[in-house]
Amino acid sequence: MRKLLATGVIALAALATGAVAIAAGTTEQPPQKKWHFQGPFGTYDRAAAQRGYQVYHDVCAACHSLQLVAYRNLMELGLTENQVKDLIKDIVVPDLNDDGQPIERPARPSDRFKKPFPNMAAAAAANNGKAPPDLSTIVKARANGPDYIHGLLIGYVPYDKLTPEQIKEFAVTKDDNFNKYFPGHKIAMAPPLADDKVAYTDGTKSTLDQQSSDVVEFLAWASEPHMEDRKRTGVRVILFLLALAGFMYAVKRMVWSDKH
Amino acid sequence: MASSHGTPPVFNNKVVAWIDHRLPIFSYIEKEYHTFPTPRNFNYFWNFGAIATVMLVLMIATGIVLATNYTPHVLMAFDSVERIDRDVPQGWLIRDLHMNGASFFFIAVYIHIFRGMYYGSYKAPRELLWILGVVIFLLMMATAFMGYVLPWGQMSFWGATVITNLFSAIPVVGESIVTWLWGGFAVDNPTLNRFFALHYLLPFVIVAVVALHVVALHIHGSNNPTGIDPKGPQDTVPFHPYYTMKDGFGVVVFLLVYAGFVFFAPDYMGHPDNYIPADPLVTPAHIVPEWYFLPFYAILRAIPDKLGGVLAMFGAIAVLFILPWLDTSRVRSATFRPIYKWFMMVLVVDVIVLGFCGANPPEGFWVPLSQLATLYYFFHFLILLPVLGKIERPLPLPPSIADAVLKKKAV
Repeated sequence: MRKLLATGVIALAALATGAVAIAAGTTEQPPQKKWHFQGPFGTYDRAAAQRGYQVYHDVCAACHSLQLVAYRNLMELGLTENQVKDLIKDIVVPDLNDDGQPIERPARPSDRFKKPFPNMAAAAAANNGKAPPDLSTIVKARANGPDYIHGLLIGYVPYDKLTPEQIKEFAVTKDDNFNKYFPGHKIAMAPPLADDKVAYTDGTKSTLDQQSSDVVEFLAWASEPHMEDRKRTGVRVILFLLALAGFMYAVKRMVWSDKH
Repeated sequence: MASSHGTPPVFNNKVVAWIDHRLPIFSYIEKEYHTFPTPRNFNYFWNFGAIATVMLVLMIATGIVLATNYTPHVLMAFDSVERIDRDVPQGWLIRDLHMNGASFFFIAVYIHIFRGMYYGSYKAPRELLWILGVVIFLLMMATAFMGYVLPWGQMSFWGATVITNLFSAIPVVGESIVTWLWGGFAVDNPTLNRFFALHYLLPFVIVAVVALHVVALHIHGSNNPTGIDPKGPQDTVPFHPYYTMKDGFGVVVFLLVYAGFVFFAPDYMGHPDNYIPADPLVTPAHIVPEWYFLPFYAILRAIPDKLGGVLAMFGAIAVLFILPWLDTSRVRSATFRPIYKWFMMVLVVDVIVLGFCGANPPEGFWVPLSQLATLYYFFHFLILLPVLGKIERPLPLPPSIADAVLKKKAV
């Protein structure tokens, strides 16, 4: 039986590597970055995520909603309640007054992030017929999410840098945006970020790569705000189960000692 | 209160004795889970029945909590699942336990089924026990499929569309059946509502069939790695404490692996597209079901004809129902079947190959490979098993379980 199992495992491993070798191929893979939130003990880099919020607020928020996140959630990134209130003091959100009439009122920390467009139809109308996706779950919603989104943001190639073969193969015109890592390469979104596009206040050099990494850190947090809690709980659960398994095994041996 | 099997136990506690005289639940537990004579030679493959039971209970418990926070409406379902993740206290934990629990329930059941096949647990007198098991497997597939639809992501919606559309392959009445299943002319709110209702109902049907499965098991007792029946007390041990302890240890080890995924890779077995809200106007590039359906999905797509594919897919499960009569060998355990043993491993590899075929788009060499693997799957059950039982010369069986155990120890 053991020999059979070993054979099975080897066959499985061979198959798996074969399948991976086939899956890798056509489209270029985005660069693999080392993220602060990777690994069983990884946490969100608060400073990077706060800069990432600034990138989202200054650039992405013009078109992309983040409707599952509330302003109060920013306190999880290390902001105080007063800092959050200060951040949103100029934001007004639509609401109804006591007479049922539509009004605008100042945003509260309990409000979800304000949407750039009143509804999907308006968002689509303003963006050539396709509404920009909400970013609340975007990092979870793409395979290899963090690297892919970072790659997408730095992966634009200007028209005059394209080879004639690329222009021909993907039928690129001067009005198209070409992205190395986007499936099919032609993407509706114009290059959103560039060096010095966002004015950082903490002295970090505002390069394209830095902005892209920071906004991924922020969006990764937005996709899974409880990740640190999950990993912390996990370490405790695993340690508990390991100890329990040890005890169970010892008792099982004792119980069976007269039968072996 | 030690008592041998058959004689009614005496309870010292007066309340217990009073209740037991009127409703013999304590006698039942004593008889079926304490003194119950169980073959002494189980290996760890025999843990997976207990493990599957634990997973079923865990799925129902987490599922009820999720249902109290979930909204089955096409406009709100996706956000309500995210709300559980973000705003419900420990909601992320309950959800991660439930969605990974489905995968681990299937892992346990697939190993359990493999155990049954390898050691011939389906043979007389355990045919009905096996058939009830296949019924549980079918109910699990229905439940898991409908559960996957509830978060109303892209894979939820398109998975539901593809699978319900299979019924349109039925001649004449197919289209009407699909409309009836959907509750309309497309997968929409009525579909989501009925899937939620059924997803809540079916687990309790599973519990009922599991109860029958256990009743049938306790008539003739468990099979064992030698496949020969216990011949006397020297071949068995009481279920408690021997197997309660061994099962308990196995359950904890299984939970360790499960916890590894729940806490450190909760989305590993899911598909990223299901974090995109359902959009009936945008079809995902590759629609794939959850991993535990992939072998059957590959069989479905291997046949170029729609009705043929549907029949083959359901046929792949239907053959399991008649397995006790397809296998003509009178020897149960593969340990004593030198040829069957290897073909059983080939079948395992075949099913894994089918899984990879199901995961990849049906193009290039995946098409002939999945056709070949499908052909082999049916060859194994419909041709190999009936013939092999007639021509294979089994190894000599040990005289008794105790003999087998003691001989193994001597080696």
